[in-house]
Amino acid sequence: MIKLDNVTKAFETQAGAALAADRVSFEVAAGEICVLLGPSGCGKTTTLKMVNRLVQPTSGKIYINGKDTDAYDPVELRRTIGYVIQQIGLFPNMTVEENICVVPKLLGWDMNKARTRAAELLSTINLEPAIFLKRYPKELSGGQQQRVGVARALAADPPVLLMDEPFGAIDPINREVIQDEFLKIHRRLKKTVMFVSHDIDEAVKMADKVAIFRSGKLEQFDSPDNILAHPINEFIADFVGTDRTLKRLRLVKVESAAHAGAPRVAAEDRLERATSLMNEHGQEFIVMVDAAGRPQGYLGLDICRGQEGTAAEFGTRLPATVGLDEDLRTAVSMMFMFDVPWLTCVDENGLYAGVVTQRGITRLLGDTYRDAPKRAA
Amino acid sequence: METLTFILNNLPAIGQRTLEHVSIVGVAVGLAILTGVPIGIAITQNKRAADIVLYIAAMIMTIPSIALFGLMIPILSQIGQGIGYLPAVIAVLLYSQLPIIRNTYTAITNVDPALREAARGMGMAPLQRLSQVELPIAVPVIMAGVRIAVVINIGITAIATYIGAGGLGAFISRGISQTDSRQLITGALAVSLLAIFADYFLLWVQHRLTPKGLRLAPARMARAT
Repeated sequence: MIKLDNVTKAFETQAGAALAADRVSFEVAAGEICVLLGPSGCGKTTTLKMVNRLVQPTSGKIYINGKDTDAYDPVELRRTIGYVIQQIGLFPNMTVEENICVVPKLLGWDMNKARTRAAELLSTINLEPAIFLKRYPKELSGGQQQRVGVARALAADPPVLLMDEPFGAIDPINREVIQDEFLKIHRRLKKTVMFVSHDIDEAVKMADKVAIFRSGKLEQFDSPDNILAHPINEFIADFVGTDRTLKRLRLVKVESAAHAGAPRVAAEDRLERATSLMNEHGQEFIVMVDAAGRPQGYLGLDICRGQEGTAAEFGTRLPATVGLDEDLRTAVSMMFMFDVPWLTCVDENGLYAGVVTQRGITRLLGDTYRDAPKRAA
Repeated sequence: METLTFILNNLPAIGQRTLEHVSIVGVAVGLAILTGVPIGIAITQNKRAADIVLYIAAMIMTIPSIALFGLMIPILSQIGQGIGYLPAVIAVLLYSQLPIIRNTYTAITNVDPALREAARGMGMAPLQRLSQVELPIAVPVIMAGVRIAVVINIGITAIATYIGAGGLGAFISRGISQTDSRQLITGALAVSLLAIFADYFLLWVQHRLTPKGLRLAPARMARAT
């Protein structure tokens, strides 16, 4: 969808020509979020701005949907690309509605259609249209302003969205919320997004692909998991951090590490059955479920040994359960919090769906290193 | 008491002179807006041009008003308009340039670069950016320049009577030459009141022209999400 082909940008400085982007080539597939990452001055913002020609490349070509961006008038081109900046840049003289309608108006839409669209977008970003349409930017909090900034970029339904550290100026709590909201919107609208960030955690959370830059050069372009698991050089490894494997936890769903075949017992089952199931599966514990299949508690192998009775009599309450669609970071965090080596998994209906163990998580994360020991050098 | 009697007895004449005065300042500042604002906008494109234009406008301000009126006489005599209304208007027009050009220039260059970047990135052409974003935001500062120009020139126009342009200065000059304090005070009082009234009126206009979104106190509500 967005293709950069050998794009170079040279700036004249007092010390001679400096390369803000040096023969950068990569491609973002339709519907993907590509995060451009790197320390400040690495050329990520310049690269982004070359896509909508706010910065004109010195050489090289950029294609959107197969079409050379040089073939467009720059002003026309920008109207077909959503643009969000860190400073938000809502026009203070216009209401929220007028701000959102800017591009539709530039494109000559019928005003009623543009207004309907503005109301629709406000609902999408969880701001009540009846309250917010007629407000001015100064009457909004920072988080609300940036939501409107995103809505404004989406107004004319552009296939491509450029975002320059869009959530950088928002406090950490709100940033998480807005990131989640944006991902939710993205899953529905499937825009092709190029997103500049300097925050590896944000990149890991948002990106389908990560492009890491250093002094104008594209160092590595890969999926977040591969970047974290297999940084191609020292610089990337340093940049993503020594705790990079921990960061991968966020990328993997509990479902992939869960042991779905882990046995269960019903509350009225005898202890002998529980013991034999544990022995059969080589487990030290077993989850007890109610008639509907909801986890009720668990039995430890040591408790059952030499005892007589039903599971319900000896069951212990479960400290916590974790959803299959949660990420491993949440699961591990819960394990640490309750000091347990395993957790019961539940599906979206709260029914028992297996267990996830520390051992299972370690093994899953370790797989990639065992498969390709050379690459991780 | 004498002065008050004089004023009451001469109300029609005072009204007439006030009209002349307002007409000179109004027409001149009106024309100055038409020239100063475009010049102020144009020079934002080039720092060097801006320096030169602002320097010249500042120089004009330093010419004593009586000298500027005097200079008009030989120049405009060429077209038979050496004294009277036209040279007065031209002089006031020149004096108005500095506050209007400088405030326009400052207002436009001070527009938050993020707004300019957003406007550019969204696909506004330069003129659209100017008319939809930069000018509306610059209006309060430009209007402040207009107010300064009006107030200064209500004072300066009092001198225009010496080149036969009339206005409230007529009372003052006659008051001096006839050592008639009644006329002197009447003229001075009328000029001051006119300046104060004009300033308040333009403040009201400025308020009306300022986009509502800029008039609001910032971040009235800090509700988090």
